[in-house]
Amino acid sequence: MLLQTTQLTAHYGDFQALFGIDFHLEAGEIVAIIGANGAGKSTFLKTVTGLLPALPEAVRFDGARLGGRPPSEIVAAGVAMVPEGRRLFPSLSVEENLRMGAYSRRPGKWNLESVYELFPMLRDKRHAPSTSLSGGQQQMVAIGRALMANPKLLLCDEISLGLAPIVVQEIYRTLGRVTAEGLSAVIVEQDVGLAQRASSRLYCFQEGRVSLTGRSDELSREQISQAYFGV
Amino acid sequence: MLNWIDTILQGIILGGLYALFALGQSLILGVMRLTNVAHGDFIILGSFAGYALISGIPGTPLTGLGLNPVITMLILLPIAASFGYGLQRGVLNGTLGADPMPSLVVTFGLSIIIQNLLLELFSADPRSISALGVETKSLALGENIHIGILPLIIFVLALAATALMEWLFHRTDLGRAFRATADDIDTVRLMGVNHRHVYALATAIAFALIGLAGMLQGLRTVIQPADGPGLLLYAFEAVIIGGLGSFWGTFAGGVLLGVAQSIGFRFDPGWGILIGHVVFLVMLMIRPSGFFPKTR
Amino acid sequence: MSTAASVPYTVERATRASRVAAVLGAALVVLAVSLPWWGTNVAMRSVVEISCYLVFASMWNLLAGYGGLVSIGQQGFLGLGGYFLFIFAQKMGVNPFVSVPLAALVAAAISVPTAQFVFRLQGGYFAVGTWVVAEVFRLIFANVSALGGGSGTSLTAMVGIPKATREMITYWMALAIVVFAVGLVYGLLRSRFGLALTAIRDSERAAESQGIDVARVKLIVYVLAAFGAGLAGALYYLSNLRISPDVAFSVNWTAFSIFIVLIGGIGTIEGPILGALLFWLLNNYLSDYGSWYLIGLGLMAIVVIIKWPRGIWGSLSHRFGWQLFPVQRTLRLDKE
Repeated sequence: MLLQTTQLTAHYGDFQALFGIDFHLEAGEIVAIIGANGAGKSTFLKTVTGLLPALPEAVRFDGARLGGRPPSEIVAAGVAMVPEGRRLFPSLSVEENLRMGAYSRRPGKWNLESVYELFPMLRDKRHAPSTSLSGGQQQMVAIGRALMANPKLLLCDEISLGLAPIVVQEIYRTLGRVTAEGLSAVIVEQDVGLAQRASSRLYCFQEGRVSLTGRSDELSREQISQAYFGV
Repeated sequence: MLNWIDTILQGIILGGLYALFALGQSLILGVMRLTNVAHGDFIILGSFAGYALISGIPGTPLTGLGLNPVITMLILLPIAASFGYGLQRGVLNGTLGADPMPSLVVTFGLSIIIQNLLLELFSADPRSISALGVETKSLALGENIHIGILPLIIFVLALAATALMEWLFHRTDLGRAFRATADDIDTVRLMGVNHRHVYALATAIAFALIGLAGMLQGLRTVIQPADGPGLLLYAFEAVIIGGLGSFWGTFAGGVLLGVAQSIGFRFDPGWGILIGHVVFLVMLMIRPSGFFPKTR
Repeated sequence: MSTAASVPYTVERATRASRVAAVLGAALVVLAVSLPWWGTNVAMRSVVEISCYLVFASMWNLLAGYGGLVSIGQQGFLGLGGYFLFIFAQKMGVNPFVSVPLAALVAAAISVPTAQFVFRLQGGYFAVGTWVVAEVFRLIFANVSALGGGSGTSLTAMVGIPKATREMITYWMALAIVVFAVGLVYGLLRSRFGLALTAIRDSERAAESQGIDVARVKLIVYVLAAFGAGLAGALYYLSNLRISPDVAFSVNWTAFSIFIVLIGGIGTIEGPILGALLFWLLNNYLSDYGSWYLIGLGLMAIVVIIKWPRGIWGSLSHRFGWQLFPVQRTLRLDKE
């Protein structure tokens, strides 16, 4: 069991966003999280990465209780996130963004060279301001930046958002290559079909709760619709 | 004619010092958008600290080390940097946020405390750090133009400090962390950056610059406990004129301010500082984002 | 078929505390007005001094606590008020008492072009920018020898008036100004303008999307605050009779204001009143300690803003819902 959350709750001030999420992921798995806007998907990722507080036992990663630890400890343990909306650093060039990803200095196969091999078009743009790239290219930088931390687990928050379908295909193909080498991933997706195809298991969130979970290839359209909208 | 060249030259040299006052503030503003109202008071605190390291505190058993200014500076800078680190982590980190009130009030309170503490320890008598004779030496450029050696040293130090800051900010790992933290604090934490530590490092560096500026101010002129606010305004104006986010811009802003003041002093001793403020206000109207604005 | 019945409600403005306070306040006013006949000269001058601090602090509070514009240069307008009192009364022969509101009007007028400069800055930069403007005023007046230059000048235009009369009228003027200033702020905040102001304070963008002309509201608040500061300055020097640029334009005025408002409670009307009284007490008994007293004030300000950001009154008001000057509207559902 690589990642496990037990009765995970989360609050924004007085507002409760998560109501006891039970979630698990085995090493090497790709698990998808789907759900409507506001269902708590991003909140879940924020809590796992330490941006939101949690009880110590609520989040276990690689055997250690990581709930409530600061993000720097969680990154050092091997979790890296590709944030929603990419969140590249506008003052930094492409290469500088990638280098920031390696701040935690975790050893592994991912470095500038291997990232440029994965995304060859970034090599030509390495010194360009990160904001001058197209949406798809920025997404590649964001993924590359997360890989630079040599994580055991990659958290991808809506990486298809705002991108043309052909670009999305390309990105998921590349992601597939990366995870085939053993990297585990959680993918949060608005596109349900995409989520099902890209993952082995999936969870559906609805208003801060898990409304459905199962193997991605075994869940039917109707099951998912009902769980998605809470009908 | 030569008199004008002399005036402008003196102004440029003076501007170098103002740039040095402003560099620390430019860094802190750039990394964490904190307005430190006590900035000038910390510079004067640095001046008096340098003074005390050499000559001690009057009326107390502390007699000072009596070392020359350069050695004293080397002792003062690490002390100043550590102080800055502690101040940021201990007090100022808690004031950061969207509301400018807490940081303004806290630094305002610090300003009052520093001024009055210095007043109690050193009285209002003007003091000066001896430059061991260097203050009287000058360089002659042609027949009628003389530049003091000490102001020239200060100018060169200011240039070097600005170049160092540019290099640090744009070519080092730490500088990259500064820029990333200033851009997006949540995402930078996801990279494993401890933002509290990064902010404190920025302040530590800024305070090293403050210590340097304070020492030089004490060498070049007389210092009094109430001098702080004036220096804050010069630093602030240099940063705004130059454009936020650019150290060379801050340098240019300082030079423009120095030249304006120098020209003003020529007309009338009372007008020097006023002309500087007026030039700032004019720049604010015609080029509010400064000489070299960095777009975010 | 049932009709949707609307729940009957009333909108309440007053609270029980405010009703009590209103009665007490009226009694206090009667007491205060009659002071010249049973109090000492020292008492009268103290009240005048507290009034100046109170009015100045209230204006700073209006600007910062309600308008969201934190200024550390309001002393610029206070000094203008003081100097224009001298210009009107001394140089132009206008009745000194009439010169007070006139001087304040001039300060307000000058604040309009000033706003063009300082409004180009935001947040902390705005604050320091206002200080630059105050310094500009100070340096200008320090260089005008006709007004005494750096060492200042004295108001001799009142020499002809007997001292007792002068002090009495000054005292009543102070009371009138306090009532006017506090009343102005209170009335403003109860009005639609006050709603706009609070909206802007909470979220400028949201306010703008509601059709509020944010720039205009901010300018109005700034000008009003300048007027109030000018009143405080003119009043102070009407009582003091001797003005110098270093004191009139001193940033200490703002420092004391911040202290008063912080201790009392920012963004409330009662706050500055409480703070001014407390401050005057501290000033009276501790100012002999000079620098240590000021260090103490500075420390207090730092501690209060970190631990009790709402101030003393603000914290109490928040806990218990006390409002002596109710500006909120409470929706109360009528019982059947």
